[in-house]
Amino acid sequence: MDDQAKSMMDKLGLDARLLGMIGALVVIWIVFGFFTDWRFLSPRNFFNVSVQTASVAVMATGMVFVIVTRNIDLSVGSMLGFIGMTVAALQVQWLPSVLGLGHPMIWVIAVFAAILMGAVLGAAQGWVIGYLTVPAFIVTLGGFLIYRGAMWWVTKGQTQAPLDPVFRLLGGGAEGTLGETLSWVFGTVAAVVALAIMLMSRRRKATHGFTVKPVWAEGILMAMAAGLIMAFVWIMNSYPIPRGAMRRMTEARGIEYTDGMVWNHGVAIPVVILLAVTIVMTIIATRTRFGRYVYATGGNPEAASLSGIDTRLLTVKVFALMGALTGIASIIASARLNAVDVGLGTLDELRVIAAAVIGGTALSGGAGTIYGAVIGALIMQSLQSGMASVGVDAPLQNIVVGFVLVLAVWIDIVYRRRAGV
Amino acid sequence: MTTPLVEMKDISISFGGIKAVDHVSVDLKPGEVVGLLGHNGAGKSTLIKILSGAYAMDTGEILINGEKATINNPRDARTYNIETIYQTLALADNLDAASNLFLGRELVGPTGFVDDDAMEAETRKIMARLNPNFKKFKDPVSALSGGQRQSVAIARAVYFNARILIMDEPTAALGPHETQMVSELIQQLKAEGIGIFLISHDIHDVMELCDRVSVMKNGKLVGTVDVADVTDDDLLGMIILGKKPGES
Repeated sequence: MDDQAKSMMDKLGLDARLLGMIGALVVIWIVFGFFTDWRFLSPRNFFNVSVQTASVAVMATGMVFVIVTRNIDLSVGSMLGFIGMTVAALQVQWLPSVLGLGHPMIWVIAVFAAILMGAVLGAAQGWVIGYLTVPAFIVTLGGFLIYRGAMWWVTKGQTQAPLDPVFRLLGGGAEGTLGETLSWVFGTVAAVVALAIMLMSRRRKATHGFTVKPVWAEGILMAMAAGLIMAFVWIMNSYPIPRGAMRRMTEARGIEYTDGMVWNHGVAIPVVILLAVTIVMTIIATRTRFGRYVYATGGNPEAASLSGIDTRLLTVKVFALMGALTGIASIIASARLNAVDVGLGTLDELRVIAAAVIGGTALSGGAGTIYGAVIGALIMQSLQSGMASVGVDAPLQNIVVGFVLVLAVWIDIVYRRRAGV
Repeated sequence: MTTPLVEMKDISISFGGIKAVDHVSVDLKPGEVVGLLGHNGAGKSTLIKILSGAYAMDTGEILINGEKATINNPRDARTYNIETIYQTLALADNLDAASNLFLGRELVGPTGFVDDDAMEAETRKIMARLNPNFKKFKDPVSALSGGQRQSVAIARAVYFNARILIMDEPTAALGPHETQMVSELIQQLKAEGIGIFLISHDIHDVMELCDRVSVMKNGKLVGTVDVADVTDDDLLGMIILGKKPGES
């Protein structure tokens, strides 16, 4: 029986690590569901968890590359704060005085500024690490202190609020979603694209004469992919928008509000951003030369440079990418809170590293997946939200998360040893 | 007389005051196997890493086909069709055979994305020739045996139509059967007109496979001799005592 199940798993081509993570996630959800009268499994909670995961998960995808190349980035939390504060000041003080309050370009400029600023700061750190050969731990520890201090100087510690109304949509909330109809369209398109990719890959392998999965296995995988996407959209489309927000939204759109009206949230915009980032980063990791060199350098830096790979420039690129993703995460985090205070992003570097590591990224370098890091972030956020909803107080939450982190890495080490990889 | 494929003239390189290679000149003709012999630390690997672009020389010049060549990095070396099989094999253990074979020279599709399927297909073809028993195309090379790893490293050098091949201790980690395979491969490549530098400290290997031998000691060239003109003992004398045959 065990052998049968194992050979079935082999044919499906799902790796044990992925299944393990999904299993852990399901267990966490069920346990917290049980202790909250199943409130934890409500559409409302799934919506909130998905939005809360987005910022850390976006950064975790970049942290995978950083850790795969045997580096570390301790500065992302502070950098997120510094970028958030700068871009908030840009929207609240500087741009309105030049363009006028509520100018439609404000949010566009803010978004570009955030991403550019992250890329530049990241590239600078990468240059010091790659070309001046100062260890990443030290460079980014310096960045951790520098950015947190710089953040204060931007506004002399003053909290910046409220942010530009369009910019705010990037953080989620009742208005910051695709809405019901668009969510269904989004889900359908995503499912069709996923199925098309699977079919194309299968056909390509067949033309090369490689063995492909049995038709039933491919069928199950395709059904699972489409099913997961549509189930997610369905859950997001089952969370009604509260009345207050409804009144505001109907008024804004010139529709008369009646008591019987029900609008649902749909997929939140930060979640759409996260999905886009995940797909782009996965393509970079698996289908581009840059991605291949990231993994080769992590596996054997000497071999990489003997193969003509410029590992110093690669380090700059990896940290610039990490910075750009921190910029995106900073947009999500500040937009969600609609305010930036000097504490924004505190401890995020550790959440991001933990997410990447729980997701199977090896600190020894060379191994790690983008989807793993995203699921890792989801596990962390589920744990934290779950404990908050059953009334575990904050210090105990940290203790539990700490234990889980160590446990997860230990399980990963045992798994690697068994699998011999 | 044919133009030598490679001439390395008066090459020197120092690391922190130590002259690792001290005014050494060697050359290689098409279809010839030149052995580089010497103790550990004699400077053979360092000399050869200058040719493969891993180190930049302090003084000297390299001629390829009689023309001055500029080799500043491994990429430059590859444009001169110089391929190297390193003693350490220089494989990224976490990647599969195809990714290693094409590392730095990935096949890309029309959209510029890496085409893994095409690379695997090419890898299967060349492996069918070099090592027909090789089946682990999906596994990372860390899961392969020493001989299988060696055949990946050799395939990488052979696939890209090397004209100049550098082999650093190619048989050090191999069993007798695989060593035999490497010997046959060297004969075959030689017949195709490829020039081979073979680094070794095994005199028997060198006597069997090489046409000429350059012996190094303490960074200096002791001398270059035709294998046909010397005995094992002559070579030993050159390696250990640093004196040419006939000298007393």
